Amino acid sequence: MTELPPALEINALTVQYPAPEGGFVSAVEGVSLNVRRGEIHAVIGESGAGKTTIGNAAMGLLEASAHIPSGTIHIGGKPLDMARGSAEGVVLGRDIGAIFQDPMTSLNPLFTVESQLVETLRTHLKLDRKEASAQALELLRAVGIPEPERRLKSYPHQLSGGQRQRVVIAAALACGPSLIVADEPTTALDVSVQAQILKLLRDLCDTRNIGVLLVTHNMGVVAQIADRVTIMHKARVVESGPTAEVLRRPQAEYSRALIAAVPRLDVKLDRFPVLSGAGDAASAQARAAIGSGAGRVSAATDGSEILKVDGLCVDYRSAGWNPLAKAQRFRAVDNVSFAVRKGEIFGLVGESGCGKTTIANVISGLVRPTAGQVHYEGRLIEGKGAERRTGALRQSIQMIFQDPYSSLNGRMRIGSILAEPILFYKLAPNADQAERDVRQLIEAVGLAPDAAERYAHAFSGGQRQRLSIARALGPRPQLIVCDEPTSSLDVSVQAQILNLLKDLRDATGLTLLLISHDLAVVRQMCDRVAVMQAGKLVEEADTDTLFDTPQHDYTRNLLSLVPTLDSIRGEPLSSPLSQPLTSGNNHG
Amino acid sequence: MFRAVSARLLQALLVMLVVAAVSFVMFRFVGDPVAMMAPETATVEERQELRVQLGLDQPMLQQFGLFVSRIAQGDLGISYRNQRPVAELLMERLPATMELVLVAVVLSVLVGIPLGVVCALRPNGILARLIQSSSLIGISTPTFVTGIVLILLFSVTLGWLPSFGRGEVVDIGWWSSGFFTLSGLKSLILPAITLSMFKVTLIMRLVRSEMIDVLTTDYIRFAKARGLPKNYIHYKLALRNALMPVITVIGLQIGALIAFAIVTETVFQWPGLGLLFIQAVSFVDIPVMASYLLLVGLLFVLINMAVDIVYAIVDPRLRTKAA
Amino acid sequence: MMTKSVALKLGRSLPPLSVCLSGGLALIIIGGAFLAPWLAPYDPTDLASYDLMNAEYPPAFVEGGDPRFLLGTDNQGRDLLSAMMYGARVSIFIGGGAVLLSAMIGVFLGLVAGYYGGKVDALIMRCADVILSFPTILLALLVSGLARAVFPQAASAQWAPFILIAALATHEWVQYARTVRAATMVEGAKDYVRATKVIGLPARRIMLRHILPNVMGPVLVIATINLAGAVLTEATLSFLGVGMPPTYPSLGTLIRIGNEFLFSGIWWIAAFPAIVLVLLVLAVNVVGDWLRDRFNPKLRARS
Repeated sequence: MTELPPALEINALTVQYPAPEGGFVSAVEGVSLNVRRGEIHAVIGESGAGKTTIGNAAMGLLEASAHIPSGTIHIGGKPLDMARGSAEGVVLGRDIGAIFQDPMTSLNPLFTVESQLVETLRTHLKLDRKEASAQALELLRAVGIPEPERRLKSYPHQLSGGQRQRVVIAAALACGPSLIVADEPTTALDVSVQAQILKLLRDLCDTRNIGVLLVTHNMGVVAQIADRVTIMHKARVVESGPTAEVLRRPQAEYSRALIAAVPRLDVKLDRFPVLSGAGDAASAQARAAIGSGAGRVSAATDGSEILKVDGLCVDYRSAGWNPLAKAQRFRAVDNVSFAVRKGEIFGLVGESGCGKTTIANVISGLVRPTAGQVHYEGRLIEGKGAERRTGALRQSIQMIFQDPYSSLNGRMRIGSILAEPILFYKLAPNADQAERDVRQLIEAVGLAPDAAERYAHAFSGGQRQRLSIARALGPRPQLIVCDEPTSSLDVSVQAQILNLLKDLRDATGLTLLLISHDLAVVRQMCDRVAVMQAGKLVEEADTDTLFDTPQHDYTRNLLSLVPTLDSIRGEPLSSPLSQPLTSGNNHG
Repeated sequence: MFRAVSARLLQALLVMLVVAAVSFVMFRFVGDPVAMMAPETATVEERQELRVQLGLDQPMLQQFGLFVSRIAQGDLGISYRNQRPVAELLMERLPATMELVLVAVVLSVLVGIPLGVVCALRPNGILARLIQSSSLIGISTPTFVTGIVLILLFSVTLGWLPSFGRGEVVDIGWWSSGFFTLSGLKSLILPAITLSMFKVTLIMRLVRSEMIDVLTTDYIRFAKARGLPKNYIHYKLALRNALMPVITVIGLQIGALIAFAIVTETVFQWPGLGLLFIQAVSFVDIPVMASYLLLVGLLFVLINMAVDIVYAIVDPRLRTKAA
Repeated sequence: MMTKSVALKLGRSLPPLSVCLSGGLALIIIGGAFLAPWLAPYDPTDLASYDLMNAEYPPAFVEGGDPRFLLGTDNQGRDLLSAMMYGARVSIFIGGGAVLLSAMIGVFLGLVAGYYGGKVDALIMRCADVILSFPTILLALLVSGLARAVFPQAASAQWAPFILIAALATHEWVQYARTVRAATMVEGAKDYVRATKVIGLPARRIMLRHILPNVMGPVLVIATINLAGAVLTEATLSFLGVGMPPTYPSLGTLIRIGNEFLFSGIWWIAAFPAIVLVLLVLAVNVVGDWLRDRFNPKLRARS
């Protein structure tokens, strides 16, 4: 490597934003890091850690209200003028390239791919139209887009998500930058596409000697392609160093806890190792009380089937009142059959669009199937001749949802939200008892009972998800359908919620149907798993069997593409993670 | 795209059908056509004959069918007030309204869009605040007050511009145009300004809010991240995106202007369709009212379809199918 | 429940001065109008109370004026100030009535269309589209004109307000319906509504208790701006001669009367009602605009 200055050098940077009550709050405090040319340096942290601010600062795209009391940024050795967001001789777009998270919204829908690449090229390099077009074509080839001549003339909506992100990468590379800032570049993409884009980034970094600042929340991505990693927490740097070192032998307590919370793909642990909280005893008591309450079975599964899905088909027709138009039919679920046993956690896993959410919706009664049957506790609930779901049938199947921010009605008190099903199904003889039940539920999910008085906006994502679980428990269900319950949560919070679900199952004998796209989560949570692809069920087995010896090609492929901590870039291909990582369990 | 077009066609047909039905009901049931048409001294037999002649003794659907076929041939009945064929009256008055509306549309677009852009790019600047305050007053003032004030100012006090009528017109075929004479143009100014006032503020506000929305999108942010120059981003990219929904609104506004012309024409005694209509309403001249409804309905439908087609051509997402 | 959160929002950051002033002005005008029967010096609707001999007096502060009539008299000898107060009263009554009626119809239909979707939605939206093909003024003119033709008492002072309310509401309900429908569809896709469906709560309860409070925000904004528009449209209709009759004039009718005398130098009959009309509508619009900006999250983020 020639002695070029580092692509990015940040020294003791502090960035503050005005707080609503006056004064300032730090988004980033005293952060130092650098990115050499030809390396990928990942910045990882949970939401609010400050990693996005670092990315924005490096691009000079901070909000106008940002206040920078101290610190410097150098791009390729030249200092960045914080106030103006530019540097002498360093031009955004030419020397720094940017990749944002969502390729759908990064590209302007009204202009062709060609025009968006050409405008970038012609702004910074002195090229005429023909030269710029030729260059654009080359760029598309470099990022691996098939049929680049055709794609050049396409509009963004004509490309798939992965292709759009490639175009975005092409635009970032266009003028030969020394630094690329990539903000969650693969979060919005499917696993298989994600793998390709990560490989592309790595190759480009190596061949073009570019420094890449990779902002992400996904530890697996870091493990796969980053040379060095910096872990951030609450605006500060917690730990920094070569990837293999930091991930295998984390020094700081937060790092250890964070890494430990990441679900592992290789072996199933009993619980996620997390810091235990103060109210744990009370909440365990509450759970036990619910478990021994009316209509509960003990934790032991007797192996009987509680849910049976037979030949389920769901078609979607594009709506429209126009009788002249041909309706488009789309088969979301194609002849799917499986059975769930009482008291187990059954996983339904697949990439986006595979139909798993549709199946969840059918089981919980939100969508009617086009064909096939669903039996619940021996009774036919969906399909021809099915009973209408009222009363006990309705109560018995409940659901928790993915987005914690839209799953609670912002205009109702938590107590009212939770009490509503209890009162509706007359599970409590009067309002007072209902209130007591509500408090018990809130305790059971690990929150203080006074939460009943407050409104949803007072709670964090993880807390809201707990409250959603409490609401689902209200009608005393036997089966809870969990639709991506932790996909929107930070890793450490995810671990807590998943532990909670396991504890609930143990205490009350609930059956859980877990829908997820995250294979590692499924590995940790489920007793049995079914894999779906494009509406069809391709494989179903015990968890260990499926993950250790997958039978179907698709399953095998999917497992190989998931970025995990098992093999980390830059370390010798020796043993995978064999001993459990130490975590600070005993500290309060 | 075929689907979109056929949906639009169907809707257009539906609208026309409803309009025709309302017209028919008006013609047939409001007041007694026989009493209106027959001379005072007519005998009972003569009235009965007239009844048969007008086809009033036939079943309803048949009468409606007859009605529609008559309309299609251009027979819109006779005006009660003027005792002239309605179709003739309408054609006579159409050019006056259309020219007025045309000028008003052009005016509102030429003034409204730049004002909206200015307000969006510098929302806290002095100019923007000034524009927004005046726009508030603009939409709070009814058209007729604006017209009266303009007349008082420019006609009565200053004497620069005429306060009623169309001035001299030139006949081109059956179209009489006021564009080619000085007095015609002078007469056009005040009514056009009055008519366009409301729409200018509407367009300005719409452009402003669309621009502001577009400026916060990810693709504009990505454009900034690629280092594209500010002016280029604002005027070439953001404006283009912002104007898309504005096109639809402008198109729809043409239709609304034709109706709003009723007020302006009343204030300025402009001999157009609107004045004709309002006179018909006070006189309860049903054939004219119903025919005006039909004509205006048809114009709206045609304009809406044209707007949809233009939109489909301009928006690439509608032109081509998704991946 | 909803008012509490609105009050919190309003209290947390006081609206700018212009908005407060406008709100105050609107309240004064509306208050004065409502209390007209008690506040006005004369009753312009009582035929016995005025006298043709008093016609066309200029305002009291101009030469030739009579101190009995503060703002002058109209062509019938009615005190203009009283006529304006009563006129504002009826204008606001009609405008407010139209807003109420169209809001009720529109919100109801919008909720139903958005929640159920499918054929119900298609039907309601088709009606809305057909109605939307015509501008307000045209529909209002049509309804008024037809009403008069069908039963002549429609023109009378007693019936005219209600005919006008119906005429205005015929077109206005559509914007409520569309907005509420769109908002209902957005809310309906949110997980808390899906949760209530899974729990098994009945549709009526979901719509009224859960969805409605969350879609009322935009409705309030539309209603405010709509009020201004309705008052304007009523004034226009009256000006054109198909609104309130001269025996019980609204502000628009007064302007119509005054228009005839403008060129002979008698300006007050048209001028004062016009000023009051514009001020009232302006005040309501300022408040409505401020409400709209407040409820728009994107605008808030940018400032």
